[in-house]
Amino acid sequence: MANKFIYGIYDDEQKLIDAVEQVRSQGLKIHDCITPFPVHGLDEAMGLKESRLHITGFLYGMSGFAFAFSFMTWVFTSNWPLIIGGKPYFSFPAFIPVMFEFTVLTASVLMTFTFLARCGLYPGRFRDTLDVRLTDDRFAMVFRSDASTTPESANQIVQALRNSGALEVNEKEMSRHY
Amino acid sequence: MKAESIIRDPLVLGNKDYHQVSVDLTKPIEDKPTREWLIAISITSVLMTFGLFCIFWEVWFGVGTWGLNRTVGWGWDITNFVWWIGIGHAGTLISAILLLFRQKWRTAVNRSAEAMTIFAVICAGLFPVFHMGRVWLIFFNLPYPNSRGPLWPNFNSPLLWDVFAISTYFTVSLLFWYTGLIPDLALVRDRATNKLRKVAYTILSFGWTGSAKHWQRHESLSLVLAGISTPLVLSVHTIVSFDFATSVIPGWHTTIFPPYFVAGAIFSGFAMVLTLLIITRRVLHLEDYITIGHMESMNKIIVLTGSIVGSAYLTELFTAWYSQNLYEQYAFMNRAMGPYWWSYWGMMTCNVISPQLFWFPKLRRSVWFTFFMSIVINCGMWFERFVIIVTSLHRDYLPSSWSYYSPTWVEIGMFLGTMGLFLTAFLVFAKTMPVIAIAEIKAILKSSGEAQKIASSHMTFEPHHPQAQPSVRGVVHHPDNHSNNG
Repeated sequence: MANKFIYGIYDDEQKLIDAVEQVRSQGLKIHDCITPFPVHGLDEAMGLKESRLHITGFLYGMSGFAFAFSFMTWVFTSNWPLIIGGKPYFSFPAFIPVMFEFTVLTASVLMTFTFLARCGLYPGRFRDTLDVRLTDDRFAMVFRSDASTTPESANQIVQALRNSGALEVNEKEMSRHY
Repeated sequence: MKAESIIRDPLVLGNKDYHQVSVDLTKPIEDKPTREWLIAISITSVLMTFGLFCIFWEVWFGVGTWGLNRTVGWGWDITNFVWWIGIGHAGTLISAILLLFRQKWRTAVNRSAEAMTIFAVICAGLFPVFHMGRVWLIFFNLPYPNSRGPLWPNFNSPLLWDVFAISTYFTVSLLFWYTGLIPDLALVRDRATNKLRKVAYTILSFGWTGSAKHWQRHESLSLVLAGISTPLVLSVHTIVSFDFATSVIPGWHTTIFPPYFVAGAIFSGFAMVLTLLIITRRVLHLEDYITIGHMESMNKIIVLTGSIVGSAYLTELFTAWYSQNLYEQYAFMNRAMGPYWWSYWGMMTCNVISPQLFWFPKLRRSVWFTFFMSIVINCGMWFERFVIIVTSLHRDYLPSSWSYYSPTWVEIGMFLGTMGLFLTAFLVFAKTMPVIAIAEIKAILKSSGEAQKIASSHMTFEPHHPQAQPSVRGVVHHPDNHSNNG
């Protein structure tokens, strides 16, 4: 299945944000924007929902915390009770460091893997490059053209990109998603 | 975009646009290795190999090849462990705590400081691991269902807390560092002209595209990792200090240890960051990115943490006197006047007196002086750990078991070996990965680039204030304006 993309190139992040707002006000649906660095305000302009990644981080952390607490409690009170330094079996304050470290560990490791999975990133992942300048100093607004895209609507996209101040408007067909 | 005051020093000097930033910062990767780099890495690899040989020697013949004895059970090994772990702390402080405090100057130094953290933690970890003696039984530390009962490790022991703290610290630092690297590695991939580099960086960059949604998640991840790394970094040296503070050795058994260790860790870490970056900026020609202003900001943190460390030393002395505890009092008297007096006074000179010189702006902004001081502080902090560990141990309650400890060639060689490992890893990193976070520099370029600041100041100031003309350095000339960077 061929993926066909129409994209406009901009040379400044503010121009891209303005262009995104202008194009969206015309009722066109933007597929994606590609920028060489995180542009603050772009996600609001594009109408992206806030990422829920930090919520997963919280949940992972809480599960790690619960696991570490219950595991140590189980070990020291029921599985193999040992008197250490004359302290009670359930010596909760001494569990705190390990509970804390394990919370941090599970939250960060699982959250990073969630991030990689949601973005489809893994070592050796090959993606066709839409335009090599997009990791350097150019910004792109991308439209996807599929079976439902008529020549008229494609033309409308090109016009909208041109009017919004795009330096170039290109079309690219790729065997894989970029 | 947020505007920034014109009297703040620019963070990126010269007239740079986004493309220029990419070119400047990928140049060290794309150029052929220089002669200096090859010479440096040959020396450090020899050191590293010697260290490996010493480790082999120690594993083969046992811990008896070290100079430890029945009284002094922790010597250079644990000294080096605490020293290396401390060095790592600056990286996390820069990448996490300064991110939460929105310190923009961190963008130029965070990448290399984080790399330094990772290498320092690896070096640190080697010491307790090989101190175990029977290193092949290291997995006994992990709580896994085993056939010995199952017999679990003692979760009440600070030594086990250390296992968790150090391994968590290493893992989180690695993830934080590498997720930050992915977009910059994608830039190297897209700029690559030869096949091998293209393939290598395609693999390393995980298929990063720069999609807005990916950036949004990336930002979210960085912020949360920064948020949880902040208590993590404070906890790691706190737990390391518990190794000492929870025992009943005079000189160790004090509640001041956790904050005192954390401040000392950040103090020594910044010294090491400065040592490395002063060389790196010179060799890789990054003077426009790692500016005198950056150095000055780090020197200010050194003054702060150095003063905390200094007052902790004095507090310890006061507490020993005020406690009226004979053993505690003797421990401190013995530190200053016993057989290891040289390490105590070395520590006092290097850590308490010398950082106070950074109150002078001229010295804070001098590259040579900062470099010299960074070495002095590194030595001072090594002495501190030696003082805490060896002088406290060698004379405790029973005079009949007092002894003296000096290291053997195996211990010295292992320490030199970790130096070699650390520097080799850093040199390889500096050659293969962007030492400055390129995407982050681009993100602050408009607010903090020199040319961009001048351009925006012309729009706002110029017509009315002829005396407030921006100078070539983008700063309004005023005698006191050199310290406005923090």
